[in-house]
Amino acid sequence: MTSVARASGRTAVASPRACRARPRHAGRVAAQVIMITACVLWLIPILFALYVALRPYAETSKYGYVSLPHRLTLSNFVNAWTESDMGRFFLNSVWITVPAVIVTLFLASAVAFVVTRVRLRINIALLIVFTAGNLLPQQVIITPLYRLYLLIPVPHALSGSGLLYNSIFGLIVINVSFQIGFCVFVLSNFMKTLPRDVDEAALVDGASLWTRYWRLTLPLCRPAMAALATLLTTWIYNDFFWAITLISTGNERPITSALANLQGEFVSNQNLIAAAAMMAAVPTLVVFFLLQKQFVAGLTLGATKG
Amino acid sequence: MAAIGGRLAGRTGAMPTADKLVVIGLLGLPLLLDLLFIWAPALSSVVLSFTRWNGIGGLHTRACSPPPAPSILQNGCWYGVQNYHQAATIYPPFWPAVAHNIIWLLVFLFIATPLGMLFAVLIDTGIRGSRIYQSVLFLPVMLSLALIGIVWEFVYSQNFGLINTVIGHTGNGNAIDWLGNPRLDLWAVLAEGSWRQAGYVMVLYLAGLKAVDPTLREAALIDGASGWRTFWRVIFPVMRPINIVILVVTVIESLRAFDLVYITNGGNNGLELLSALVTQNIVGEVQRIGFGSSLGVVLLVVALVPISAFLYQMLRREERT
Repeated sequence: MTSVARASGRTAVASPRACRARPRHAGRVAAQVIMITACVLWLIPILFALYVALRPYAETSKYGYVSLPHRLTLSNFVNAWTESDMGRFFLNSVWITVPAVIVTLFLASAVAFVVTRVRLRINIALLIVFTAGNLLPQQVIITPLYRLYLLIPVPHALSGSGLLYNSIFGLIVINVSFQIGFCVFVLSNFMKTLPRDVDEAALVDGASLWTRYWRLTLPLCRPAMAALATLLTTWIYNDFFWAITLISTGNERPITSALANLQGEFVSNQNLIAAAAMMAAVPTLVVFFLLQKQFVAGLTLGATKG
Repeated sequence: MAAIGGRLAGRTGAMPTADKLVVIGLLGLPLLLDLLFIWAPALSSVVLSFTRWNGIGGLHTRACSPPPAPSILQNGCWYGVQNYHQAATIYPPFWPAVAHNIIWLLVFLFIATPLGMLFAVLIDTGIRGSRIYQSVLFLPVMLSLALIGIVWEFVYSQNFGLINTVIGHTGNGNAIDWLGNPRLDLWAVLAEGSWRQAGYVMVLYLAGLKAVDPTLREAALIDGASGWRTFWRVIFPVMRPINIVILVVTVIESLRAFDLVYITNGGNNGLELLSALVTQNIVGEVQRIGFGSSLGVVLLVVALVPISAFLYQMLRREERT
């Protein structure tokens, strides 16, 4: 932290002088120093946890985490996987994330279409309701929501508990409800930038509203939908708050809250926790390496059009 | 455009019935979900905050009986502003939580955000390796906060941790308990939070910088302004919309802050935050629905400030288009 504060102080002083005296060179060196320092600081926590995960417990408990490795092993990963039912939790995360992302995008695009292409008197109100709803801190709504989840019955086919509470279905519902707002905001901004002539021509030709939505507008929204899908997948997969408050026991847990639970279970073997954490990060790392552009596009679509 | 708009407006009344049904179909489910699971709970929070209820039995509108009465008469009843009064007077974690939320906001505002802006500005100059730098600094944004909390525990660990080993404080006498000492833990967790937040701000800011008209910068440089002056006098003011977005994001993220403290110690012992207190009142053994709601309402009232700022900006744009 202190080195970071120092680094930012340094540029503040250095850059104006650098610009006047030796415009390019000194400034560039300072920038490189700052960025390399920052990147090292940014990578250390992750690489360090990976290092701990790769070392046997017996070794780190003897020499500490910061020591040269005598032996590197994958056994922590194997043990964490087999001893903790991680496969099931992963699958739960998939069952929550995939439907939630698809449903959110479908519903949000429907609202965005109506808001941008049909003149209704309540359009502005709709936009406010959805956007503001997504900006609320989750804790504002959790207390009544928790009671509501205990009240609403759900067919046993969808929820083992017979309630929204304690079920994968319940988590899908809240993730969809909460994320719709953001997607309506982003997609309605995106639809406003689309050329109107196709839609207007269709209108004149007497195309139905459904055709204009499903056949004409949605295909044009593909880039925005792809970016949002990447973003939502990561966010919903990473969700921790809904998972710990709306699911109390075992089997339906997604990987994030299961990990918190493992922390208590494996308290005597931190290396196993490190390994479990690294495995839980794999799907997001895949997104990071393959779809980073989409993710960033999703984030900035929301921000720059605001 | 205006003519077509006018025709559209004229046609809504005469919209074919099938299209009307489609509008209802398109809006129905999303609106229902948003109202039922987001807005109804948000508004119920306000009502419940004036009651005293442990979640068992029903709610009614009679006032709660004073303390000597049997507990059944003190449940599910109208409690007035007593929850708020108790939170402010006899609930020990309340004021520390408020203080911690404010500290959280200030650190995000004055350390994490400027740091992210600095990264963005440096990357935007196109220095060598900027792509890699951007990816590395962005990595924490992809990870869940729960995972970040776990990963950092190895950095902070008392006897084996990275920091204590490097500074030679691992002995039983002098080991620093970064996450266990109530005077240190908030700062330790804030370092984790800032580590992630800076990357988030960086990406938002980069998008803003890329959208700035490059001729502005060139003109300023030709006029002989330094890079520093150009940024503050020319670029920064043009980026007003993105600055507001970042401000709103920062305030809201500070109010939502929860996962890191929860994974570290459940939000106790120096890590009290309003969000954690709300949660403790429903997931603990004793449920205090009314009291927990009143804490949620405090968060709601504060959150309305950035939310209004955001909506105001959004609506101004709506008017312009």
